[in-house]
Amino acid sequence: MSDHITEIVVFTFLFLLVSGMGFVASRWRAPKDMAHLDEWGLGGRSFGGWITWFLVGGDLYTAYTFVAVPALIFGAGAAGFFAVPYTVVIYPLFFLILIRLWSVSHRHGFVTPADFVRTRFESPTLALIVAITGIVATMPYIALQLIGIEAVLKTMGVTGESALARHLPIIIAFAILAAYTYQSGLRAPALIAFVKDTLIYIVILVAVLYLPYKLGGWGAIFDAADAKFQASPNPNDGILLNANNQVQYFTLALGSALALFLYPHSITGVLASRNREVIKRNMSALPAYSLLLGLIALLGYMAISAGVKPLPGSKPGSVDSNTVVPLLFDQQFPSWFAGVAFAAIGIGALVPAAIMSIAAANLFTRNIYKEYLRKDATHAQEANVAKITSLVVKIGAVACIVFLDPQFSIDLQLIGGVIILQTAPAVVIGLYTRWLHRGALIAGWVAGMTLGFWMLWQIPNAATGRAHFGGSAFPLKEFGFDTQVTIYVGFVTVLVNLLIAVIATFILRAAKTPEGVDGTTSDDYFADEGDPRIERQRDTPVENVSST
Amino acid sequence: MAEPDRPPRSDRSPWNWLLLIPIVVPLLTFLYNHDEPRLAGFPVFYWLQFAFILLGVGTTTVVYQMTKRSRR
Repeated sequence: MSDHITEIVVFTFLFLLVSGMGFVASRWRAPKDMAHLDEWGLGGRSFGGWITWFLVGGDLYTAYTFVAVPALIFGAGAAGFFAVPYTVVIYPLFFLILIRLWSVSHRHGFVTPADFVRTRFESPTLALIVAITGIVATMPYIALQLIGIEAVLKTMGVTGESALARHLPIIIAFAILAAYTYQSGLRAPALIAFVKDTLIYIVILVAVLYLPYKLGGWGAIFDAADAKFQASPNPNDGILLNANNQVQYFTLALGSALALFLYPHSITGVLASRNREVIKRNMSALPAYSLLLGLIALLGYMAISAGVKPLPGSKPGSVDSNTVVPLLFDQQFPSWFAGVAFAAIGIGALVPAAIMSIAAANLFTRNIYKEYLRKDATHAQEANVAKITSLVVKIGAVACIVFLDPQFSIDLQLIGGVIILQTAPAVVIGLYTRWLHRGALIAGWVAGMTLGFWMLWQIPNAATGRAHFGGSAFPLKEFGFDTQVTIYVGFVTVLVNLLIAVIATFILRAAKTPEGVDGTTSDDYFADEGDPRIERQRDTPVENVSST
Repeated sequence: MAEPDRPPRSDRSPWNWLLLIPIVVPLLTFLYNHDEPRLAGFPVFYWLQFAFILLGVGTTTVVYQMTKRSRR
């Protein structure tokens, strides 16, 4: 541990600095009344261009991404680079579709996508399904942020004999995080995101300029990776894709883009912005993070070229490939700068973890507590319940990591991406038309979920010797096709979901099943800041405006 | 319950079709799944996909500028 002292000191210093900022954040852009879910959970819906850029960027590109994507490249090569097309495709989609969600939410005071579904389809059941899907998909995502921090701590030699001692730093870090999220709400991650992203940009710029120079240039780095994959027995690795994983590559990129879009935390980040202009402008500025992510991904090849050997995993004989990037920094950088890099990853975990827990808390409060437990809840009660829920969610995430095999969280996250996609027909298509029947949407969701679990269960992983939940690449030969081609599970399931929803719509309509009343008008989807109807609502002290 | 005193709003614009380019092109693996020609040591697979980021920024910026407040 002693040879890592400088790193630990720098890491701790920066960590404490942002924790202080987290507490001060409640006074930043201070609201008139914090006891309102709009203030605690959406930062007053007032964020301008710069804050939104840092907040959404810090939200979508998580610590886990920064650690896991290069780990994937390190292990499998080109297939891990899907993160780049994925984060290119997502912004035009946001630009076209999410902007409508912003408008209709602004007009009606929606805090969550489930709020929208409830009003659009007049179906608390469908809203409950969307809310639960969102919460279940988000929980393991929060737990994964801890894996990002843990990879860093492990590299710095901060480990212990017992499970509790090993996890103590993470428990402390999350306790601090929980405390300032409780106090400051979405303002805390928004303020911290400035520091996090600045640190990440500095670290990555230095890494991509300095490391290739040390390692003999980019050509040599790619050649070293190529040599490693040529020598490995796995047929699906390499610095290029092969005939069998190209379909997986683009369906995973597209599916992940759609999934990210539906994750409650990305929607929370977007709803917090001030107006449509801010969102649209950001969609051309946010790809700067994609560039960063692409460069981070290539750190995986640099680690190959530098001969990094990942640290052992939790089980004897296994390796923890998430440690390759921290190890690369540890090996190649002077220790003070490695400390800065580790702090960037560590703080990088806090921003999304905070936003995700807020998003999950918003869902619980709006679509379960207010819908089923206390229909007449005041704004202050809503805010209070959300604050407490955010604590519970974080304790749950820490418990997942401390008491369960981390692999369990990784599996859940894999499943999470597939299940969140099953809300796409209700949320995304619902933004354009309510032609799909509310009952049919539920039927489609059930079909998509069932198929998704079955498909994921079928996928083995040869590398880790696991028989189930080995990845998201489904071999089409399981469907009876004579081919080695694989496809992303989420992509297939969402198509099946949609197909069932369409068929069921025809059936329900023929049976004249009631469709409910649409609580929105077509004009709502274009509402912007300063809309006269919104101002009127804000002035009226009626408590249940939101349940229109 | 549309309010009769205002014309219905819309953000329809032919410019929006441009956004299909950055959605579709990055998914066409045959375009970039090659090693040669390398650029500064990067195989095509990598430098071309980095270039798609610029394509995304470019088209989104154009669409944003062309549709900005034009219908108010």
